[in-house]
Amino acid sequence: MARLSYAQASCSALHAAMQQDALVVALGEDVGRGGVFGQYRGLQQTFGAERVIDTPISEATIMGAAVGMALAGLRPVVEMRVVDFALCAMDEVVNQAAKARYMFGGQGRVPLVARMPIGLWQGSAAQHSQSLETWFAHIPGLVVVAPATPQDNCGLLAAAIACGDPVIYMEHKELWGLEEEVDAARVERLGVAAVRRAGSDVTLVTWSRTLHDALRAAEAAQAEGLSLEVIDLRTIWPWDRETVFASLRKTRRLLVAHEAVQVGGFGAEIAAVVAETLGVPVRRLGAPRIPVGYASSLEAVTRVTPEAILSVARELAKKPAR
Amino acid sequence: MSETAMSLAHAQALYRTMARIRAFENAAEEASKGGVAAFGASLAQAKVRGPLHLSTGQEAVAAGVCAQLRADDLLTSTHRGHGHSIAKGASIERMMCELFGRATGYNGGKGGSMHIADFSVGMLGANGVVAAGIPIAVGAAHALRVRGGGALVACFFGDGAINRGPFLEGLNWAGIHRLPVLFVCEDNRWSATTATGAMTAGEGALARAQAIGVPGLAVNGNDIFVVDAAAAALTAQIRAHGGPRFLHAVTYRIKGHVSVDAAGYRSHDEVARALEQDPLELAAIRIAAIGGVRAVLAAIDAEAQAEVAAAVAAADAAPSPPDAEAYTDIQDTGAGRWRD
Ligand SMILES: Cc1ncc(C[n+]2csc(CCOP(=O)(O)OP(=O)(O)O)c2C)c(N)n1
Repeated sequence: MARLSYAQASCSALHAAMQQDALVVALGEDVGRGGVFGQYRGLQQTFGAERVIDTPISEATIMGAAVGMALAGLRPVVEMRVVDFALCAMDEVVNQAAKARYMFGGQGRVPLVARMPIGLWQGSAAQHSQSLETWFAHIPGLVVVAPATPQDNCGLLAAAIACGDPVIYMEHKELWGLEEEVDAARVERLGVAAVRRAGSDVTLVTWSRTLHDALRAAEAAQAEGLSLEVIDLRTIWPWDRETVFASLRKTRRLLVAHEAVQVGGFGAEIAAVVAETLGVPVRRLGAPRIPVGYASSLEAVTRVTPEAILSVARELAKKPAR
Repeated sequence: MSETAMSLAHAQALYRTMARIRAFENAAEEASKGGVAAFGASLAQAKVRGPLHLSTGQEAVAAGVCAQLRADDLLTSTHRGHGHSIAKGASIERMMCELFGRATGYNGGKGGSMHIADFSVGMLGANGVVAAGIPIAVGAAHALRVRGGGALVACFFGDGAINRGPFLEGLNWAGIHRLPVLFVCEDNRWSATTATGAMTAGEGALARAQAIGVPGLAVNGNDIFVVDAAAAALTAQIRAHGGPRFLHAVTYRIKGHVSVDAAGYRSHDEVARALEQDPLELAAIRIAAIGGVRAVLAAIDAEAQAEVAAAVAAADAAPSPPDAEAYTDIQDTGAGRWRD
């Protein structure tokens, strides 16, 4: 165990993977100097510039080259800096990485990890603050992961690198500095959620940074006698129905909260599946369908706060559980 | 215009633009201390939040190019765009208000440093995405062509941007349609924390442009006289229906990538040598050589600093945008349906 930040935890997982497997490489802008968030610190010194590859500002070719590397036997970890810039590489993700195995009749695989940090990041405005996990969850062929803790950013990244599918790996920019004791040897399983807090009245499903607000909401709810069970989805696709359903059999009420825009967000998918399958009351809470503003007052409007979560949870708890 | 023909009045006007940019950048830098959590800085609240990319040391490029633009010419800019906006005629006060996230800013606080725009002076916007301004400039030039009138588009981008696809696609488009675009590669030699040279194959920006059939000039971007003369020549060729032109202006990013980046990844020597080439200092020497006096430049500096100080005070006193503004100017159709 070591006390690691969210950024250091991912670095430690990548370091271990590169040490174990000479076919694991990392590529992206500024990775040689440690990455803009320090999540590659020291790796180029250890593994050399052939395996920790500095790239030009060429997102389409960074991603496209990673697809080529993967088809030719490597396991590339691709850095996109923020998901907003990954939009410059959408063909390479959606038409190439996600489709190659299927189109070619199973002849090739694309075991790459594309790191695309999401989320608000104080005053970064509309082109550097988006949470676009749903875009990728919608695409057959992709796995989508969103770690919320340092431990998970170690164990899930290790699992993503080991995975034979293309994995969209979405760290949250406001979590880089978050620290905890991390067991660096622990590899998580993709597609498995974590119950972060047990409760009996409402199942609160969330992921990424919103987990921390959800836990705050649950704490406040406890004080008023409302018991929230908080589930950290961790993997957005495939999402862990078993854990969510097991919780709902107890609580019979679902609230999904996420930082992404609520309209067409992944909360809608979970709520729909739960409503179709269990018929229990569901609610979603996400950002309004507005771009992220620069001024702190405008940015705050897009934030899903513990207060907002609690208020929706309260309303939901008034509904008779079916 | 030949360099020797530079009039003292024009030279001092160029200097004034550079001094205003420098004063703006210095004040913005100060107000951003404790800002964005990139590069290890704290999360403490600063007056200027978010990434702030300073053009300190690059003033001659903005001033020299924009001095050759008409009011009806258009301009696209980058994440490092304060100088371009100021040189095109934007108000320093409204820019500072935008950096402070105020309702009185150019974008009403919605955009911040990376998205400043002033359509009233033809400034079509800074851009947070590297190279994204290039196709936009080409499209704007196409619009100018369709609408008639003889104006041109100045398209600023960094040396890092020439490695993105839109560079090839945009220049090719401008070339085949012979569009009135002045492409300005503002080469400060760094792309964030990476030296651009190590990431760029071949002979660099101008050679690439020429290979696509866009002719141009490579110049010392720190020498305002040289930039001014080159921009005058190239814009004249464009206005004579010569098609797109390319200006490769070599300069230096004196500050870090963002204001809170100490840039410890580059050598002190390199920075020290660059500081000896400070464009304002060079301009002062050049101006002295054509009969200017230092006291006049000192007065210009003082005026610029006073203007910026007033802008900071105004920004400080200005109100934040009300929450309701978060819901405006998004779209007409479907407006009001924020959560469904
Ligand atoms: C498409 C895209 N990729 C990456 C980034 C992150 N980024 C912002 S500025 C920058 C460096 C740009 O270098 P250059 O074009 O030379 O401009 P400079 O910052 O030196 O002015 C990078 C990589 C971005 N904004 N957009």
